Amino acid sequence: MGGHSNWPEWVYIGVVVALMCWVGAEAWEAERLVEHVPEGAETIIVTGQQWFWTFEHEDGTKEIGELHVEVGKAYKFEIHSKDVNHSFNIHDYVVLMDAIPGRVNTVWFAPTDAGTHDIQCREYCGLIHYNMRGTLIVEDPTA
Amino acid sequence: MVLELQKPRPIWQIMFSTHHTDVGLLYLISSLAFLFLGGTLALAIRAELFLPGAQIIGDAMTFNRIFTVHGTTLIFLFIIPFASAVGNYYVPIMVRYKDMAYPKLNAIAFWMIPPSGALIWLGFADFTWYATPPYSIISAPGPAADMWIFGLKILGISSVLGAINFVVTILKCKHPDMSIGQVPLLAWSFLSTSLIILVAIPTFAAALLMLLTDRLGVSGFFNPAMGGDPIAYAHLFWFTFHPEVYVLVIPAIGMMYEIIPRFSRKPIYSYNSGVFAFVLLSIVGFSSWAHHMYATGMSFTEKTVFMVGTLAAVPASAMHVFNFVATMWNGRIKFSTPMMWAVGGIALFFSAGAGGVANAAMPLDFTTHDTYWVVGHFHLFVMGTIAFGSIGYLYYMFPYVTGRMYNETMGKVHFIMSFVGTVLVFFTQHVLGLYGMPRRIFDYPPIPEWIAMNQIATVGAMVIGVSMAIFLANMIYSSGKGKLANTEDPFGVGGKYYYPFEAKNPSH
Repeated sequence: MGGHSNWPEWVYIGVVVALMCWVGAEAWEAERLVEHVPEGAETIIVTGQQWFWTFEHEDGTKEIGELHVEVGKAYKFEIHSKDVNHSFNIHDYVVLMDAIPGRVNTVWFAPTDAGTHDIQCREYCGLIHYNMRGTLIVEDPTA
Repeated sequence: MVLELQKPRPIWQIMFSTHHTDVGLLYLISSLAFLFLGGTLALAIRAELFLPGAQIIGDAMTFNRIFTVHGTTLIFLFIIPFASAVGNYYVPIMVRYKDMAYPKLNAIAFWMIPPSGALIWLGFADFTWYATPPYSIISAPGPAADMWIFGLKILGISSVLGAINFVVTILKCKHPDMSIGQVPLLAWSFLSTSLIILVAIPTFAAALLMLLTDRLGVSGFFNPAMGGDPIAYAHLFWFTFHPEVYVLVIPAIGMMYEIIPRFSRKPIYSYNSGVFAFVLLSIVGFSSWAHHMYATGMSFTEKTVFMVGTLAAVPASAMHVFNFVATMWNGRIKFSTPMMWAVGGIALFFSAGAGGVANAAMPLDFTTHDTYWVVGHFHLFVMGTIAFGSIGYLYYMFPYVTGRMYNETMGKVHFIMSFVGTVLVFFTQHVLGLYGMPRRIFDYPPIPEWIAMNQIATVGAMVIGVSMAIFLANMIYSSGKGKLANTEDPFGVGGKYYYPFEAKNPSH
């Protein structure tokens, strides 16, 4: 357009770019910490299939629809699927990872308080997707 | 402009015409028909989710079919054809050519839409607009799934033909006295989106064929049981459909570039910045597709690359917002209906973009991904930005198309109700997502926060529904019986010095 100075737009773009750099750097730093699986985390094999979750602990114990864990321990989930895509989600602990047939994805968490939380499927998987739910039971062994 | 309905003609003269305004009218009417059909499905979804338990939709399968067809219809049969309608009417006039470059191709591109619409609606598939494999391969019931695949295939070809036509019309048929730097921003928006379509669509076209042969059992591209990988489909799909997001939004931004200066009675603040932002968005739009896939088990490096690619698109979008605000600054603004829609659309565009930054940040995405946050987020784009820009533009072009004025009061009521409704539905859905409600669910457990948020959203949707009924009544009544428009200056904003079509289109 010429004829008028454009400095307000440059300042504005500078602010937006700086803001995005800050968001990106913070996200990078947070994700780096979140993805670091702690030493000695217990492995739980999670299997999704239409339309329920199965859990297998390191000692071979199997559970369907319910998952019992203990406060103060770290757990690493190895997520499998037997049929179509699912997504394993414990929303209260921001645990989310897709269960994809032919792949094994991992995600970890460490429960902090005793209590129960919802487990759900967050990826569309067909007829009963809405009810592919489970319960996480966090127990305090000292109590 | 050509006045379509002032000179009544038999309908077949319009249907078999290849003139750009006739094809534009066909695009316009069919896209609006699909807007109302798809919107009705949205109301059914919202009514179902008002309370836990089955409400008005009997079973989960029907619900899954409804949200699949709702999404497919509004994206492919409303938003894209509506943009083509505007492009058909305005692009040849803006580049001062007598018609589109290839009129017959133009008509063919339109006539591919009704059969594909029929395939999608008669099939009523249930595998979401993403056609998620391996579900779509091993579980989705046919023939609905196959009909959807063929419908999308035809729509893809229609898009490519339309894109070729726009590119050639703008680059090769513009008036020799007119440099590319003088082409109005609305035409620039069509040039950018057409180029994106030509680069992006072939990938999905290939993926659709692979999906079809997988369904037929003769290949296993995306079927793990046959050695395939569903993640390959995710990459092919999003390589097309993340850029496609810009295909949807850029024409709406272009429409706002027509409306905002006209009703602010000022030239656009910076034409160059608008062009630059369109081109930049078209390029960086290709660097962010896998941000839809953070939770599929991508490595930290991949996620970082796509987060940076996504954040890179933000400054370009922000430039448009700045340009709009700077144009309105100190303008003598007249808040006629089109201006209200455009300004509302910009406000919602800004909100949608801000939410998008939160999604792009890797750790936050794991909170929001596949929840109602995402539903609220992209609806702020498709409804809040694109539909608002499009409906505003429809009011703007109404006197030029019909020779009559719409009812201004009804138009303003339509805007106010739709704006309030949009905020109620989609801002609430962001919060609902933070409470953890997954998307695409037929029923939900009676969690008090979920119920409250769903009820607010349903009330908002019904407000939008009523406003759309007012809109429909206004359009039908005014196109036949509205008061005659002063086509020299239908909105009484005066001044023609920045008016794009000074050259008269030769009458046909």
